Amino acid sequence: MTVTAAPEVVRLDDVRKAFVVRKDNTLKDRVLTFARARRHRTSYTAADGISLSIHAGTTVGLLGANGSGKSTLLKLIGGILSPDSGSVQIRGRIAALLELGAGFHPDLSGRENVYLNATLLGLSRSEIDERFDDIVEFSGIREFIDNEVKFYSSGMFMRLAFAVAVHTDPDILLVDEVLAVGDEAFQRKCMDKIRSFQREGRTIILVSHAAAQIQELCDTTFVLDSGAVAFAGDTLEGLGVLRDLLERDRRADAAAAAAAAGTPIEDEDDDEAESRVQVVKATVFDAEGNETTKVRQGSSVTLRLHLTANGDVDDWMTGFGIDTPNGQMVLGTSTDRLKAPATSHRAGDTWDVDFDIEELNFGVGDYFINARAEDFAEGTSSILWQAALLHVSGSESSVGTVAARVTTRETATS
Amino acid sequence: MTAEARFERLSATPMRSVTGQGARGGLHPVARIREILQHRQLLWLLTRRDLQVRYRGSALGFLWTLIKPLVMLATYYLVLGQILGAARGIEAFAIYVFSGLTIYALFSESVGAAAGSIVNNAGLVKKIYVPREIFPLASVGGALFLVGMQFIVLIGAILISGAWPDFSGIGYLVPSILLILIYALGFGLLLSVLNVYLRDVQYITEIVLTLLMWSAPIVYSWRRVSEVIVEFHLPTWILDVYTSNPITIAVLGFHRSLWGGGTAADYPGDLWERMLIAGLIGIVFLAFAQWVFQRRQGNVAQEL
Repeated sequence: MTVTAAPEVVRLDDVRKAFVVRKDNTLKDRVLTFARARRHRTSYTAADGISLSIHAGTTVGLLGANGSGKSTLLKLIGGILSPDSGSVQIRGRIAALLELGAGFHPDLSGRENVYLNATLLGLSRSEIDERFDDIVEFSGIREFIDNEVKFYSSGMFMRLAFAVAVHTDPDILLVDEVLAVGDEAFQRKCMDKIRSFQREGRTIILVSHAAAQIQELCDTTFVLDSGAVAFAGDTLEGLGVLRDLLERDRRADAAAAAAAAGTPIEDEDDDEAESRVQVVKATVFDAEGNETTKVRQGSSVTLRLHLTANGDVDDWMTGFGIDTPNGQMVLGTSTDRLKAPATSHRAGDTWDVDFDIEELNFGVGDYFINARAEDFAEGTSSILWQAALLHVSGSESSVGTVAARVTTRETATS
Repeated sequence: MTAEARFERLSATPMRSVTGQGARGGLHPVARIREILQHRQLLWLLTRRDLQVRYRGSALGFLWTLIKPLVMLATYYLVLGQILGAARGIEAFAIYVFSGLTIYALFSESVGAAAGSIVNNAGLVKKIYVPREIFPLASVGGALFLVGMQFIVLIGAILISGAWPDFSGIGYLVPSILLILIYALGFGLLLSVLNVYLRDVQYITEIVLTLLMWSAPIVYSWRRVSEVIVEFHLPTWILDVYTSNPITIAVLGFHRSLWGGGTAADYPGDLWERMLIAGLIGIVFLAFAQWVFQRRQGNVAQEL
C-alpha cells in the first residue's frame, strides 16, 4: 500500500467579506429614511484578507471572541456566503452542520424529516434508504419515528438531527457549536462518532467556545480576531492566544466603561506593567521524573514552573491553579502560601520552582494549569493561562472532580 | 472507508471554487441547470413538504384545494355571468370561466408562492448550502400539483356538461401551460430574491396578481374587448397591445383547446405566432431573471 500524503482540502486566498447592516427593511422605512439612507447603514468586516489551508484528516478548531468572524468563515467555506473578493476552494463532499435540525419541519414526522434533512445534506434516496435504520438506531427514538417532530422533546429533536448529520458521508464536516447533544450517554456516543470520523480521515472544522472540547479534539487551531487570522497552529498555544485576546477585550471594555462613566481611566498600566518576575512555562513530571501530561489518579506529580527575572527581585512569589475545563479551581497554592522563602535574583536570571503534589486525587478528566508569579515590591504580576494540560486517568468507580477510595457494605439497621 | 483510501480519492479530485457568487457549479446557465438537476430529489421533497404541510391538521385536507376554485367559479358564474350579464354571448360560460381561472391559477399560485419562498425558507438558506433556485422552483412545483387537481375537475366538468371542445385546438394546451410556466418561473425567481431585500415585494405581488387576473380574458371574452375597441373608436393597436400579454395569449390558447363554445371571432387570427413570440421573449426574460437571481443570491444569506 502506498502512503498518500494528506491532500489539501480547503484553501482560502485573501478572502474578504464585509456586511452592510441596514436598519430599514420595508418600503416605508426606506422611503422615510431615503434622504438619510447612508446613515442607516453600518458596515463591518467579518473576514479581512483571510488566507489559510487545511489538509485532509485534520480536525481544526476556529477560535475567537464573539463577532470575530468564526461563523462567517465557516459559512464562506460552506458556500453559504460568498466572499466580496478572494477565492475559496475546496475538495470533496462537504456537509455544513451550522444548526442542528435546520430544515426540520415541525409538521412532518421524524421519518419524513430524516429523508428531507439527509437530502439537504446531500445524500441520495438510495443512500438514505440504506442508512435509515442506522440513523434511527443511533438516535434511539425508534418508537417515535413516525410521530410529528413538533411533539418531540428538544432532546429527542437534537438526537435525531445529530443522527442524520453524522450519517451523511462528508469529506469535510463544518460544525458550529453542536458537537455533542443530549444526555451524557448520548454525548459519549456523539464523541465516539466524531473520533471514528477522525480515524476515517475526514476533515472536521469546528467552532466551539468549549476550550476542553477544542483541546481534546483538534490537531490545530486558527484564532480569529476582527476577521483576521491572529494565530495558526498548535491547539494549546491557540487557546493561550485566545485567552490573551479575551483579556485584551475585557480591558478595553473596562476602559470604555470607565470613560463613559466619567471616572478617570484607571491606570491600567499598573496591571499591564511588566512584572519583573515572569512565568515562562510550566511542566509536569510523573513520579519517575519523566515529563508528561497524562497522570494516574492518586499518583504523585511534580509541577515545575520556569521563571525568569527582567529586573532584580527579592520579594516575590510564584504559584499555580489547576482548573477544570469549566474554569473551576480544583487545587491552587503558591510559595507564599507554603511559606517558602524567596531568594534574590538578578535581571536575566532563570530558575525553576518545583511543587511536589503527593497523591493527586483528582477525578478522571482534563485539567488546565494556570501559573502566576508576583513581584511584591512593585505589586506587579504575570499570569500564564493554561500553561499546561493535565489528563487524569484512573478508576471509574466514582465521578466528580475529586477522587477518593470509597467502599460500600450493607449494615444492619440500628 | 479508510483514511488512506479517502486521501487517495481526494487527491485525485481537483479543487473546486465555491467563490462564484455562492454558486457551486459556476455561473454558466448550463452549469446551473446541471446543478439543479443534481438536486432534483431535494426539489421533489421540498415540493412534497410544502404540499404535505399545507393542509395538515385540517379535516378536509386536499379538498380545500378544490373548494377555493369552485367557490370562485360559483361567484363568477352567478354574479358576473348571470346577474351582470357577462355570460351573454359566451357559450358554456361555466367551462369558459373555469378553464381561464385554472390557467391563471397556475400563474398566480406559482408567482405568489415563489415570491415568499426564500424568505420563508430562511432557516435553510442561512444554514445549509443548496442551489437557491430550488426554493422558487419548489413553489412552482407545488402550484403545478394544486392546479393539476383543479385541471382534473375541469376535465370532469367538461365530460359531465357534454360541452366538448373541438379537438382541432388541442395542440394549444401544452404550449399554453409552458408559456405560463416560463413567465411564472421568471417572475418567481426575480421576486423571490427581491423580496429578501424588500419584504414589501411579497405583498405587492399579491395585489398585482389579483389585478392581473382582469387583464386577461377570463371572466369576459376577447371578442368583447375587440368589439369595445371598435365601439369607442379606439386605435386598433390597443387590441394588439392587449393581445400581446403572455397571460392573455395563454388563456386564449387554453380556451382554444378546452372550451367548445368559441368561433374564429373569439381568437386573434395569429395565435400561434403570438404564442411563439411570447415564448421566445419569455425565455429571454427567464434568462435575465436567472442572471439577476445569480447576482443577488450570493448576499441572500446575510440579508435574511
